This record gives sequence, structure tokens and C-alpha cells, in this order.
Amino acid sequence: MNEVVSFFSTTLRLATPTLLAALGIVFSERAGVVNIGTEGMMLVGALSGVIGSYVTGNVWLGTLIAIVVTVLFAAIFGFFTVVVKADQTVIGTGMNLLASGLTITVNRALFGASTSPPEIDKFVIAPIPGLSKIPVIGPIFFNHHILVYLAFLLVPIAHFVMFRTNVGLKVRSVGENPKACDTVGIRVGMTRFLSILYSGILAGIAGSFVSMGMLSFFTEGMIAGGGFIALAAVVFGNYTPRGVMFSSLVFGASNALMYRLQALATNVPSQFPLMIPYVITIVSLCIVSRRSNKPLGSGKPYIKE
Amino acid sequence: MEGLGIKQRLQETLKSIYFPFVAIVVSLLIGSVVILATSTTSPLTAYGHMLKGAFGNLAAFDATLIKAIPLIFTALSFSLARRSGIINLGAEGQFMMGALAATAVGVATPNLPAIIHLPATLLAGFLGGALVGLLTGVLKVRFGASELIITIMLNYIAKELISFFVNGPLMDSASSSYPQSAPMEPSARLYKFIPGMNVHTGLIIALVFIFLYYFFLWKTTAGFDMRVVGFNPSAGEYAGMNIGRSTIFALFLAGGLAGLGGCIEIIAVQGRLMMTSFIVPYGFTGIAVALLGNLNPLGVLFSGILFGGLSAGALRMEVMTRNVSSSVAVVIQALIILFIAGRQMFAIKKRYRSRSSSGTSAGKTVTDEAKDDDAPLAPATAEEGV
Repeated sequence: MNEVVSFFSTTLRLATPTLLAALGIVFSERAGVVNIGTEGMMLVGALSGVIGSYVTGNVWLGTLIAIVVTVLFAAIFGFFTVVVKADQTVIGTGMNLLASGLTITVNRALFGASTSPPEIDKFVIAPIPGLSKIPVIGPIFFNHHILVYLAFLLVPIAHFVMFRTNVGLKVRSVGENPKACDTVGIRVGMTRFLSILYSGILAGIAGSFVSMGMLSFFTEGMIAGGGFIALAAVVFGNYTPRGVMFSSLVFGASNALMYRLQALATNVPSQFPLMIPYVITIVSLCIVSRRSNKPLGSGKPYIKE
Repeated sequence: MEGLGIKQRLQETLKSIYFPFVAIVVSLLIGSVVILATSTTSPLTAYGHMLKGAFGNLAAFDATLIKAIPLIFTALSFSLARRSGIINLGAEGQFMMGALAATAVGVATPNLPAIIHLPATLLAGFLGGALVGLLTGVLKVRFGASELIITIMLNYIAKELISFFVNGPLMDSASSSYPQSAPMEPSARLYKFIPGMNVHTGLIIALVFIFLYYFFLWKTTAGFDMRVVGFNPSAGEYAGMNIGRSTIFALFLAGGLAGLGGCIEIIAVQGRLMMTSFIVPYGFTGIAVALLGNLNPLGVLFSGILFGGLSAGALRMEVMTRNVSSSVAVVIQALIILFIAGRQMFAIKKRYRSRSSSGTSAGKTVTDEAKDDDAPLAPATAEEGV
């Protein structure tokens, strides 16, 4: 029983960075932007959060700094894809490489290649009083970092905004038919740019959670595909917040399974459990790609005639 | 382009190096800001060391060429796929699987004559990468899954596979504490061939494949079909071309090119397969090389050597300055990708427009090209006519 409880609790925790980042990407994807650069944004968020927490001594101020820095980084992506109208995939790849180079350079300059990283303030478990005492349910759902609760609370909010508000309607129509939007006076470029900045905010929080919630410091390349998995979660979740929650949980569970197998495995080489999340991502893409809500204008820069 | 005069030819040449030149200069400028911010060394000193380490003398140029060889292969891989309308972000994994397959053949069969063993190893390297590309192509065509995420996921899977093999089936029994394969058999290795230099015969293979890339895409029917499908899929379909088959074949070849690069890196430079064999992101750097070289054969050669110099020089820069990290080179590479992909921002508007609409054989204006997501990145003027 304990094993089962810990498996589900771990699933929720491991699903959180994917869910946070994916809830941002789902808006920029709906607006017609393919954001391959999420991986790099999370990496930037992870490092700037650590630096912020190190300097201010407070994990929340650190996260705030991570958000600011990541939004600035996302603005570069927005500049190249929306203003310059360059190829989104290539720019995204460039952003990932840029994040990788910059974080390594800054990390080495600030903290050196020291073997023991300095202590920083990090996210702590915040059990919800009362609820966390319920047997089974309590430890699974109500004994987590605050960001875990926030990520899941954001799902209905994101759903409401996307399907019940003017903002959501604008975002969706800009992705579906930019030309028509332009005709009726919706500013296509601005809408896309803002949705990119929004995905930057959430990628920054997601990165901070990886470096200060799941681990307690920055290591080079620590996102290890998490941004791409979040992107896949959006495709697998068919471009809706609810679907994204479902697919994040699937990826979280595959990660949890990996840890279980690693802990249990007697003769399964550790590399095979490590492949599980990546294999599940590929399989899930193959299942859903044919019947998808992918916006028609996805990936194409909009150019006024 | 046959009927152009000397002056026009010169203008064409100038125009084809204008964007790469601006991209490099701007990237170096921003890179110097990064150096200023993260170290106590002046950017000029740092770049001086870099330049010396890249092209300062014969030994430096030697090291540059050695670093350029794998980049040329991964750049050809990206270029070929891009020319057929596919973005191959999987060169990283294809490179690794090529290295893995080559190692398996290269260590497993001692006492073979080199004339059999070496070609078999190279073929294994090609196939190792090509099969990963083939898998990507089949998943894309059969299930409509985006190749972007699939190739990236396959990169991570390839990394775990390498780790499994060097810790398991391919682990060297003589040094069982290290996760590495046995050394390659002498009959499966490439050697240096210029007296006084360390650069190996892989350079010749790279030049041959640059030529083959040109020959295949511009002189064969299959290559022509591939470029048409890449430039305008509906036109290709209308002309009766099988887009699915073209996509799968392109990814097979692109994977093979990257795999061959991985194979050569192992049999010529590293000598055995290790986890540390893949510290340099050859696959992703190859994207920058391909873009800077405008997906053209000669462009890939020159930008490959330039980027080889950037990596070789970055190492010297780190050693000599002691406080400028070699990762600054990665920053510069990334910036070059951004500024080449976003090169419209440097366009000298009036002239560029009027020239390209004056009717090249490709017949696309700049705006047309930017609108068409699947069109190759090369500006219309770089086309020698589809």
C-alpha cells in the first residue's frame, strides 16, 4: 500500500514541471507558435531561480527573478519569430543552444566548477492542514510543494480563459486564421508575442521547480528534455488544458515508474527504465497526431499583404 | 545563371556572403558582451587566443580540420533533410548510433584484412544512423507524427543506449572499471595521411560526401524530386511524386550522413567508444554549420572549417585566459543560428526585393519564401534552378 501511495504522490510531483510548462505552451501553440525553445527557457529559469534564491536568500524572490529573466529570454524568441518572422523551429533550436551556452558560462563564472554547491533556500513540502491527514488520499494529493497545488489549480483557470473569455477566443482565432483576425482588427503579431511571453512565465516557474523543488541546485543541462516532453504533452493532450493535465500525468507516471524500476531492478540495466518517458512520448505522438486540434496557422509566420 | 556577366557574378557572390558575414560579426559582438560580463579578460584578448588556436599556425589549422570533419557530416545531414522539407533535429542521436554500430563491427572481428574491415565499419556507421532516420521517417509518414519531437526523443534514447552498451555488451574486458569499449581493431581505423599533420583520411571521405551531396541533389532524378518536394510539396504531388517515399528516403540518407560522421569520429579520433565521446554537441552544431553554409555544398565545407576553428580556438581560449569558459563558443554558434534564420532583419530592403523579383529561375520573391513554411531556407538567388 505504501508503495502505491508513494508511486502516485511521486507521479504528481514529477508531472508538475511538465504541466506548468505545457500550460504555457498550450496558449502559444493555440496562437500558432511552435515553441521548440521551451527547453531553453526552462534551463534559463532553472539557473536564474537558483541565482535569485542565492542572492536574496528567499526561494520565492528567486522564482520571481526566474520569471523576469525567462520572460526577457522569451522576448528574444518572440522578436525573431513574430517581428522578424523567421522560421520558428530553427529559432527555437537556436534558443535552446543559446540557453545551454549561456547557462554554462554564467554558472561557471558565478559558482565555478566547485564540487559542493552552495546552500540555497529551496521549496519545501507544504502539507495542507487537515486534508493531508486523510489516509491514502492525504499523502497522495495534499502533501506536496505549493507549486504542485498551483499547477493543478491552474488547469481549470486555463480552461476557462481559453474557452470562455475574449482573450482565449482571440488567441485561438489568431492561430486558426490569422488573416481573418487581421481583417477584423485583432492584432495578430501582438497576440502571438504576448502568448510567447506568457509561456515564458510558466517555463520560468517550471525551471525553478526543477532546480529548487526537485533538486536543490543547478547542474549543466539539467532540464534533460523536459521542455520537449512538455511540448509533446501539449500535442498528446490535443491542445487543451485538460488534455495537457492528462498527458502530463502520463509522463509523470512514466517517470515515477522509471524511479521504481531503478530502485527495484535486480537485473534490468538502469538505462532501459530511463528511456521510458522518451519512448512513451514517441508512442503517444503516433497515437494522436492524426486527429488533432492543431491550429491551421501553426508554425507559419503571419505576413500582412 | 549561365548568361551573367562578370560584374553580375561578382554581385551574386558578394550577396551570398553578405548575410553570413553580418551574422558572424554581430554574433561575435554580442559574444564579447558575454565575455565582458562573465570574466575579467578583455574580449579582444580572448578572441585573439581563439583565432590563434583556430588558424594561428599549421598545428592549429590541423586541429581545426579534425574538428571540422564531424561537423561537415552533421551539417550535410541537416542540409539534405532541409532541402527535402524536413527539419532533422536528430543528427545528435544518429551520430551516436552510427558510432555505436561502427564500434560493434570495429571491435568484434579481429584478423580481418583492412580492405574488408574498414568498408564494413564505415557501412555499419552509415546504417546505424540511417536506420534511426528511417524510423523517424516511417513514424512521420505512417502516423503523421511531427519529426521535431520524435527526433529529439530519439536523441535521448540513443544516449541511454550508448550508456547501456559501454557498460554492458561492448564494455572493454581489459579495463572493466571504465564504461568504454575495447579499442578499435587497427584494420578498422583511419590514419593520418599528410606528413607533419594529424588530420586523418576522414577529411577525404568528407570531401567525397560533399561532392556526392551536390551530385545527388542537383544531378540525379531522385535528388531533383526531393528538392521539388521540399520546395513545394503540392507541386511535387501534382507532378506525380510520392511525397511519403521521398520523406522517408531523405531521412534515411540524412541519418546515414550523421551516422557516418559518428563512425569516423570514433575510428579516426577517439579510437574507442566512451560516454565522453559525445560531449561536443556535433549534431546541434551541425545545424548552425548548415545554415551558415546556406545548405550549399561549398558553403557547408567553409562554414564547417570555420566552426571547427571556433571549437578548437575556444579550447585554447579557455586554457590561455583561465577565466573565459569555452562555452562562449556555444553562445556564438547559437547566435549565428538566430541571425542567419532571422537574416531578413539585415536585408537592405529596396535592392534585395527588386533583385529577387527580377526573375531568377526559382521565381520566388523574398516574401513568398518567408511565407512558405516548408521551403528551404536558402534564398531564391542561391538556387541554381530547381
